[in-house]
Amino acid sequence: MFYRETGQFKTSYAADMQIFPIRQDRIALWVVLAIAFLGIPLLDQLQVWPFGGEYMLRAILIPFLILSLAAIGLNILTGYCGQLSLGSGAFMAIGAYSAYKFGTGVHIPLGLFNLSIPPLPVLPSILLGALMSAFVGILFGIPSLRIKGLYLAVATLAAQFFFDWVFIRVKWFTNYNSSGSVSAPDLNFFGYVVNTPIDRYLLCLVFVSIFALLAKNLVRGNIGRQWMATRDMDIAAELMGIRPLYAKLTAFAISSFIMGVAGALWAFVYLGAWEPLAFSIDRSFQILFMVIIGGLGSILGSFLGAAFILVLPIALDQVPHALGVPISVETVSHLVFIVTGTLICWLLIVEPRGFARLWLTGKEKLRLWPYPY
Amino acid sequence: MIIAFGQFLEVLVSGLLAGVLYSLVALGFVLIFKASGVFNFAQGAMVLLAGLALVRSLDFLVANGLPFWAAIIAALLFAALIMAITAFLVERFVLGPLINQDGLTLFMSTIGVTFIIEGGAQMLFGSDVYPLRLFPSDAWFLFEGSFPGGLLVSKIDVWGGMIAAVLVVGLAVFFQQTKTGRALRAVADDHAAAQSVGISLNWIWFIVWLVAGLVALVAATVWGTKLGVQFSIVFLALKALPVLIIGGFTSVPGAIVGGLIVGAGEKLAEAYLGPFIGGGIEYWFAYVLALVVLMARPQGLFGERIIERI
Repeated sequence: MFYRETGQFKTSYAADMQIFPIRQDRIALWVVLAIAFLGIPLLDQLQVWPFGGEYMLRAILIPFLILSLAAIGLNILTGYCGQLSLGSGAFMAIGAYSAYKFGTGVHIPLGLFNLSIPPLPVLPSILLGALMSAFVGILFGIPSLRIKGLYLAVATLAAQFFFDWVFIRVKWFTNYNSSGSVSAPDLNFFGYVVNTPIDRYLLCLVFVSIFALLAKNLVRGNIGRQWMATRDMDIAAELMGIRPLYAKLTAFAISSFIMGVAGALWAFVYLGAWEPLAFSIDRSFQILFMVIIGGLGSILGSFLGAAFILVLPIALDQVPHALGVPISVETVSHLVFIVTGTLICWLLIVEPRGFARLWLTGKEKLRLWPYPY
Repeated sequence: MIIAFGQFLEVLVSGLLAGVLYSLVALGFVLIFKASGVFNFAQGAMVLLAGLALVRSLDFLVANGLPFWAAIIAALLFAALIMAITAFLVERFVLGPLINQDGLTLFMSTIGVTFIIEGGAQMLFGSDVYPLRLFPSDAWFLFEGSFPGGLLVSKIDVWGGMIAAVLVVGLAVFFQQTKTGRALRAVADDHAAAQSVGISLNWIWFIVWLVAGLVALVAATVWGTKLGVQFSIVFLALKALPVLIIGGFTSVPGAIVGGLIVGAGEKLAEAYLGPFIGGGIEYWFAYVLALVVLMARPQGLFGERIIERI
């Protein structure tokens, strides 16, 4: 009744082409953005429940935003371009460690002359780190021209294990720190040092908003359609004049870039100090599950999946406590495994296209409501 | 010179025998992939489950005063029963409803199954490291006359090799000679045609998962004796993936040869390249090797040629 496009006439091409063609969607988006940018800082300022202390921001909202960003990155590759990847953790790690190297100065002794870059400010180092990640993404994307599906998954697994090893063994990346763990430089953005949780939250929010908008626009444009054609049937797409080389490698590059940014944020903003374990294969699987559960081929789905996978263990941890059932930490971690696995199987059976599809079905129902047809 | 050669042989033999263990896990993958087209990511978790069920029930029975040989038999039966129940549940509640979905969906559902098994197995049987002592764990020294110091070959690896050989022969007989085996091959060839001659898909899939579960049990006895039954078995099983890539997804001999190549390759690389680029190559060598094989021969060494139609 209140959600339908009837009566919203488009009078220009620009209006016809906008991202959200239905006015109610646009209003909803602005409301969400207003809550995220203004409402949450205000609630935090007032320390209203559940924002008492820093727990909500530190343990839930900041990781949620960063992992959503990583999920968007993987969704471009797996959901839109159909290239299964188990190496997300590696690309995040490359973003994080490259950003760290650029942030603390790069020195490569090459015999005759030394390549040396002075320490860069945070923003350029994050972006350069993401560029490195994109470059490696292209490198590991090259096999995708010959192989596909599960075989490609193993190729990306090679990236995951290789870079795990590189960041543990090659001391150059950790600036010869004996413990192998490194800590992020100050988050100094144009003279303003981001330090409090709410500042960190807003920083992540800005990054996520920009890249979500970028991704949303990319996937509905020319390149996005090429990706989707490649995903649906690569040989047919090739016959139609889509170059698989270009389509697949751009997907790898852009996806790795976004995952690189997410990795740098995860290391710099969320963790502060980290070791290679932060980007292990578990991280890759976590992000893959976010994408599957949220919905392959949907930007909104990346957010829904990230929220779900992140909140599930916390909820499972809290619920028995709230009910007064004594339960050990170990049992909880096993329960999380079981419940996550069950939900993945269940979702694949009832709705292989994830939460995003449920959302779409809901919207369709809402357009007809209160009539059945 | 002769010392170097002796060393080389020792590394090679230990690598080949370790490779047999990868082959054992890879075999389970190949069986399920051949018969149902499902790429079973849960094989590693099944090894963990089988190992935990075996070692825990064995400890329990021995502690309650049963003689060791009887306890072993009872524990093996118990573990086999657990694998049968798992096979039934997986077929009934996950793969049955997902019939006719595309390969990627089925693959992801087996990742879900992996999580359930990993969580469930550790919740039921505990999550510590449990030593398993089925085979002798000391070593032989061979050819002491030919090489100074001789060749060090650990007994457990040899046991593993023999068990793998028996297993492969057994599976070959099962596939070629029995009625169920022929039905399995029919299903692998063409689901619809097999159904039309009266073969029940659900039953066949149960059988396949059961066989894969028993192979996992065998792998668990060997792995468990070597390293103790513990969670990290799951990661070792992940190494079966490059083995499959190298051997080909659909080939039983491929799984064996792939395992041997990976096992020998990573041990040799660790011994001869390791000192130059800083150790721990074993961690990624198999995957990079698989990547190289993929670039040259996408279907693996023994796989069927991939033909695409529109």
